[in-house]
Amino acid sequence: MATIDYDLELKRAGANATGGWRRVLFLARRHVLGAAGLVIMTVFVLTAIFADFIARYDPLTVDAAHALARPSAAHWMGTDSFGRDVFSRIIHGARISLAVGIGSTALGGTIGVIVGLTSGYLAGWFDLVFQRVSDILQALPLLVLALVMTAALGPSLPNVILAIAIPLIPTVARVIRANTLALREQPFVEAAKSIGMSEVRIAIRHVLPNTLAPLIVLATAQLGSTILTEASLSFLGLGIPEPYPSWGRMLSESAAEYVRTAPWLVIFPGIAISLAVFGTNLFGDALRDILDPRQRG
Amino acid sequence: MTEKSDIVLDVKNLKTVFFTNSGLFKAVDDVSFTVKRGETLAIVGESGCGKSVTALSLLRLVPDPPGRIVGGSVTLEGTDLLTLDEAAMRAIRGNRISMIFQEPMTSLNPVMRIGDQIVEAVRLHRNLSAKEAHDIAVEMLRLVRIPEPARRAGEYPHQLSGGMRQRAMIAMALACRPALLIADEPTTALDVTIQAQILALILDLQKELGTGLVLITHDLGVVAQTAQRVIVMYAGKKVEEASVEALFAAPKHPYTRGLMASIPAVPASGVPAQARLNEIPGTVPSLVRLPTGCAFAPRCKLAIKRCQEEYPPLADWGGGHLAACWRAAEVAEVA
Amino acid sequence: MTEALLEVTDLTKHYPVRAGVLRRQVGTVHAVDGVSFALGTGETLGLVGESGCGKSTVARSVLRLVEPTSGQIRLRGEDITHLSKAELRPHRRSMQIVFQDPFASLNPRMTAGDIVGEPIAVHGLASGKALEARVAKLFEQVGLRPDQMRNFPHQFSGGQRQRICIARALALEPRLIVCDEPVSALDVSIQAQVINLLIDLQRQHGFSYLFIAHDLAVVAHISHRVAVMYLGRIVEIADKDELFRNPRHPYTQALLASVPIANPHAKKIAPLVDGDVPSPVNPPSGCAFHTRCRFAMERCKTERPALVDAGAGHQVACLLNEGTGRPNAIP
Repeated sequence: MATIDYDLELKRAGANATGGWRRVLFLARRHVLGAAGLVIMTVFVLTAIFADFIARYDPLTVDAAHALARPSAAHWMGTDSFGRDVFSRIIHGARISLAVGIGSTALGGTIGVIVGLTSGYLAGWFDLVFQRVSDILQALPLLVLALVMTAALGPSLPNVILAIAIPLIPTVARVIRANTLALREQPFVEAAKSIGMSEVRIAIRHVLPNTLAPLIVLATAQLGSTILTEASLSFLGLGIPEPYPSWGRMLSESAAEYVRTAPWLVIFPGIAISLAVFGTNLFGDALRDILDPRQRG
Repeated sequence: MTEKSDIVLDVKNLKTVFFTNSGLFKAVDDVSFTVKRGETLAIVGESGCGKSVTALSLLRLVPDPPGRIVGGSVTLEGTDLLTLDEAAMRAIRGNRISMIFQEPMTSLNPVMRIGDQIVEAVRLHRNLSAKEAHDIAVEMLRLVRIPEPARRAGEYPHQLSGGMRQRAMIAMALACRPALLIADEPTTALDVTIQAQILALILDLQKELGTGLVLITHDLGVVAQTAQRVIVMYAGKKVEEASVEALFAAPKHPYTRGLMASIPAVPASGVPAQARLNEIPGTVPSLVRLPTGCAFAPRCKLAIKRCQEEYPPLADWGGGHLAACWRAAEVAEVA
Repeated sequence: MTEALLEVTDLTKHYPVRAGVLRRQVGTVHAVDGVSFALGTGETLGLVGESGCGKSTVARSVLRLVEPTSGQIRLRGEDITHLSKAELRPHRRSMQIVFQDPFASLNPRMTAGDIVGEPIAVHGLASGKALEARVAKLFEQVGLRPDQMRNFPHQFSGGQRQRICIARALALEPRLIVCDEPVSALDVSIQAQVINLLIDLQRQHGFSYLFIAHDLAVVAHISHRVAVMYLGRIVEIADKDELFRNPRHPYTQALLASVPIANPHAKKIAPLVDGDVPSPVNPPSGCAFHTRCRFAMERCKTERPALVDAGAGHQVACLLNEGTGRPNAIP
């Protein structure tokens, strides 16, 4: 029998990586793509927070003298037709994307959790109505639904967040409802009933905390798609209004007219969108594998 | 003494470890035993003692990673299974050595008819036509006393009751007339009246077919009623081995003795009932941080300084009664 | 018998079986079918039977975790069968439950101390330092160290988790503890620890146990009286020694003969019954055991035997020999 290097095998199994940073490093090594996703997301978040310090020009200042300038030392990513610095606009655009992404995920997630928990816990007619409503909502594509909503409400940051959040509700609610249904049958919930605890308190203290892991996984996975939806809405002119620098709108302004003459106007916002979505998706997948391996598909 | 050819399975110094993120698990540590034709060997112990991993090691079905067989030999009818390549091993599994599991529902494919599953198992190892294999399947179902075997062969697992499913599993395991059958807690998931039926069936078939049987269980009652020889495992090691009569008459290891004293007796069964059960204090140790000496020492009433420092060797106390305890000679007097 | 703490009369629980698109009712699960028994103060009544016999449904109905279809549950003389949730709350303090699976019965996200303290907090009996002191005392009572209060369930072994469950059940100082297979999931050596603990606690506090298990030896050890259930009905109930020495119902006899005895010289296990337990969906008519009974007569298929006294509090539901359950001669 071949000799076995016990130390090497144990190291591979993560034996000396049980606490704190060692554990993080071990997981990062095992989920390389997830770690890359985390790095991208971190850069994205830091950029959004420190946009004012990173940007080299004011993203809204029009400088007709330098309109459509090629990428150079002065303007790293060139300028647009109004002479605004593309690099600065992309940096500030991160802020919009992140605000919409986190805002809509948080809003949709919170309402989804409440609806899902109530639906799974109370069952009965509420559950029946919720199920049918969410069937209808989910039969429509996310983008179409958001389009109709923004068209009706008018383009503004809060409206965009709302429009993206609402289609998210049934997705989150369904996951929470399924988890709640399973947890409701657990003996520890029965034990709570047998000590005379009220249903609301059981739902909040015993059921909700045990749905956190799948919720986090789902929220991270949804973050990418909300960013993408915002970009799509803005591209179609129904998202963030002018003059705020949204990546989607930057694309739509330039795509038709300038794709041949000033390709940097298309390439850089495109890369920004892809990278942000790609990063959150990679991280979301790794997170799912670590926190909730059953959902691996 | 028995002839060498009578020995179906000869396991020597088997070692199986698991590489986990909390460290090295020595699940099976230097375990040896033999099984003769038509003999029942029971392996008893509590959860985590390594009895199931031993069974999986015999079939080379330990999940790798994290597990690996790192030493010893498993000789079945003269062939060391640990030296075979995977293809050769597959030809032996289900053919010369079969296994039945605790949960008959999950061990059967839910979308395949019972008969077809047996046919598949048979045709994997024997060059038979579909018709011939089907006949064998029906015959096997009759052998395990399933009523209306021809009709049952066309049914799906969910149409059978738990007891019937376990019978079907046994039929499948024995279809190729293996030399050795491994039964891992075959009746633990069953009700007591069904357990009695299944145990009686396994013993009858074993007698009829001359199969060697390794019965893995935690239930000393099942051991007493079925086995000829018994191995007691604790924390991955074999701590005692004896004939079933010798073991129950005079256990040499304090752990075995403690186990026997901790099970309640049914009144009027002839086993004296105690007012208070004899408990073994503490819990089974973690297989990662095993003490240098005897793993049972921290829970043992008889433990002396030597027990903590030095692992006791397996010594023969007469008639093939092996026990690994420094104080085995005094067990009967003290406890 | 001592004064009855719990009286269950004619308890029945049926579940509809629905199928098809319209969820039409196609059958009825007779989980519990007319069960009556009484439990005295300081007494342990064992409830044995095989899976699907309804013993767990009885346990849950007593605690009103399952709403009975009909029948009556009286706790200390008061009918609690139809009390609303709010009215039931004060009674919850007098009855508690310990479940089989010590892994699923503890919320994995709460500390052991919070789990044990929760009933006290919910009923507003103590808070802050006083609560902590009471929890610490409960930990000591069940053989755990108070410094383990801050640990989470996954840091305990199976036996220790069951101790936490027992401490939680003790927290409200109940009069009745329903034990639903409390040691079935534990290792043999740990089982003995938990059984001894339950017996010791009963001696100290004088509460009653309704002890549900499928392991006859465990039930025999802990119970004063034992009831045997088959397909939703009690077929025999008697004092422990009487039941085991002198079983009258053919099912009880089969059950006892099936237990493997830990003595290689004792008689070999004898399966006295063939086949499996029939489905509780539309169970057999008459005596539910007639399909597997060695002594079944024509009458057994149509007539449902009542639980009648066969002397000295030994009740049996069998038509053999004028309802004594005694066959004329064992073939």
